[in-house]
Amino acid sequence: MAAKTARTGKSSRAGSRPSDSLTAEQLTDMYTKMNHIRAFEEKVAYFFSRGMIHGTTHLYIGEEATAVGALAPLSDKDLITSTHRGHGHTISKGIDLNRMMAELLGRSNGYCKGKGGSMHIADLSRGNLGANGIVGGGIPIAVGAALTLKMRKQDQVVVSFFGDGALNEGSFHESVNLASVWDLPVVFVCEDNQYGMSMSRHKSINLDDLADRAKAYGIPGKTIDGQNVFEVYDAMVEAIDQAKKTGPVLLVSETYRYMGHSKSDANRYRTKEEINEWKKRDPIAILRAEILRRGTADEKTLDGIEAQTREDIEAAVRFAEEAGEPDVNDIINDVYA
Amino acid sequence: MSSAKQKDGAATGVREITYAEAIREAMSEEMRKSDDVFLMGEDVGVYGGAFGVSVGMVDEFGEDRVRDTPISEAVIVGAATGAAVTGMRPIAEIQFSDFITIGMDQLVNQAAKIRYMFGGAANVPMVIRAPAGSGTGAAAQHSSSMEAWYTHVPGLKVVTPSSPYDAKGLLKSAIADPNPVVFLEQKLLYRVKGPVPEEEYTIPLSSSEVKREGDAVTVVTWGRMVNRCLEVADELSREGIEMEVVDPRTLMPLDEGPIVASAKKTGRVLIVHEAVQTGGYGGEIAARIADSEAFYYLDAPIKRLGALDVPVPYNPVLEANVVPTHEKITAAVRELVQ
Ligand SMILES: Cc1ncc(C[n+]2csc(CCOP(=O)(O)OP(=O)(O)O)c2C)c(N)n1
Ligand SMILES: [Mg+2]
Repeated sequence: MAAKTARTGKSSRAGSRPSDSLTAEQLTDMYTKMNHIRAFEEKVAYFFSRGMIHGTTHLYIGEEATAVGALAPLSDKDLITSTHRGHGHTISKGIDLNRMMAELLGRSNGYCKGKGGSMHIADLSRGNLGANGIVGGGIPIAVGAALTLKMRKQDQVVVSFFGDGALNEGSFHESVNLASVWDLPVVFVCEDNQYGMSMSRHKSINLDDLADRAKAYGIPGKTIDGQNVFEVYDAMVEAIDQAKKTGPVLLVSETYRYMGHSKSDANRYRTKEEINEWKKRDPIAILRAEILRRGTADEKTLDGIEAQTREDIEAAVRFAEEAGEPDVNDIINDVYA
Repeated sequence: MSSAKQKDGAATGVREITYAEAIREAMSEEMRKSDDVFLMGEDVGVYGGAFGVSVGMVDEFGEDRVRDTPISEAVIVGAATGAAVTGMRPIAEIQFSDFITIGMDQLVNQAAKIRYMFGGAANVPMVIRAPAGSGTGAAAQHSSSMEAWYTHVPGLKVVTPSSPYDAKGLLKSAIADPNPVVFLEQKLLYRVKGPVPEEEYTIPLSSSEVKREGDAVTVVTWGRMVNRCLEVADELSREGIEMEVVDPRTLMPLDEGPIVASAKKTGRVLIVHEAVQTGGYGGEIAARIADSEAFYYLDAPIKRLGALDVPVPYNPVLEANVVPTHEKITAAVRELVQ
């Protein structure tokens, strides 16, 4: 199956898009984050291939524009819930890369003291309510967080990320319905990377446009090109505004994961051609080309950013490696408050 | 792993296959015999299951009988229930046993109770297969051992095989059983090989087995902990401490005869399981022994050794120390026989 060009939303009318007025600094920040995500992931992939990281991991390479575009319009006070494929969301929301790498390496100075690992990184101080090992597990939590905002009359929003596979969990349906009838400020962001593990979303869902799911709950839904960070950003600016004023919105970001589902994946369910087709629309390359077109940064500056992000990841590895393994006596702590 | 005194239960001159292969063989043989038997679950088709258990099955049986489902555990368990009530014999794989909780209403309130609520008028012949246990670094939401939850639900059978031989023979019986069976596989055993005969055999559910004979202490254990206890037994044997290791294999309904007999024989009992200790099935086994005539033969209090009462942590050192370690089991046995 060839890569499908995603429908573009209404807001892409030339001239009137919020992304047209992104500052040079904002564009650089987006570029830095996307490169941080990719460099982080490449390092993690390397560690896994060498057996240096325990457990499993789900890489986000290829999907960077969704996390970065969706979270760029947020303030520090806004909240997110993430997924098993959460490194991108976490880095986009703002994170201490050192403590994040330390957590993947299971160190005592990691975000979760080595107790959580890749699938459970959270940073409550930055509004990140956590990655999640349960498909669909974060969606109801996002609804609850939005309930807090509404009951306390706080002018903030919750962004809940989940995959196309999660659209078939009861937790998705119950959550969107409740958020709809209670007018809660949530933006539901479905990252449609075309597969839930090995299952094509065309086999798991009988809809061409996944955003049609929104209709069933009486909320706005829109499908966007998830490889184009500007389109994601524009849709998100509009969605946040709607979420705060009238209640939840569903965005479906059409994207693709370049790597296997997790550590063990023989890619039996898709073709090399399909993967290569999608790689032609790489989200980092698209952003880079647009920055150069706008002239807010030159090639040399962008190359410098790339090199720096890789250095930041190396520094994070050094930070992690300097710390020890957690103390075995710490096992029993943190179960109860 | 195999001990001189260990009874592997297998016939002579048999090949060695893995636990995963044994499970695949059991499913395939039953599917060849009856069109009513089919497999469904997340990624069981071309992917072959998250742990490769069903690799190749879709090639033999086709997508109709090896069904990839959406990620929807409630309806996987519920559809198995509905298909079973209407005459099929579904095998539903839940990718990690932790996610059975999402199908728990269908399992507990529907599958388990339908027969009784209908006054015995219905059968629910289904198997829920799911990998349990820690040790893979998958952290708290992918590593639980929750067998005790299901044993607390009348109407469900609960099976916990510890070897390829047991896995195959018990799964065939589970598929043939007219009741809902929760068949808990062990992630860390999937690649472990053991003797399995070529010719067909079954092992009846509710048949505890003495895996190793001894006279000093009875160790009742199941799942991944069986091999670990057998290793400890080999070591302590060199010091003249002979452990008797009993594997219930089916926790519900429990065949308590061999357990009680062993407790009478040794007078000392240690129960070892990977699930957290509090509320674990070890408590039920201890109570069964205490309630039986074996009570009068006991020379020491019955001891339990389960996991610490915490979710499973990610770091490999912490993770390894949550469950009963070789050292902890050894120490517990020594203390009991002193
Ligand atoms: C409740 C639950 N069911 C199954 C799994 C196993 N699993 C982990 S990720 C995944 C696929 C998820 O697909 P999708 O939601 O599309 O996210 P993606 O991995 O594509 O980012 C599956 C089946 C799980 N973690 N939780
Ligand atoms: Mg997906």
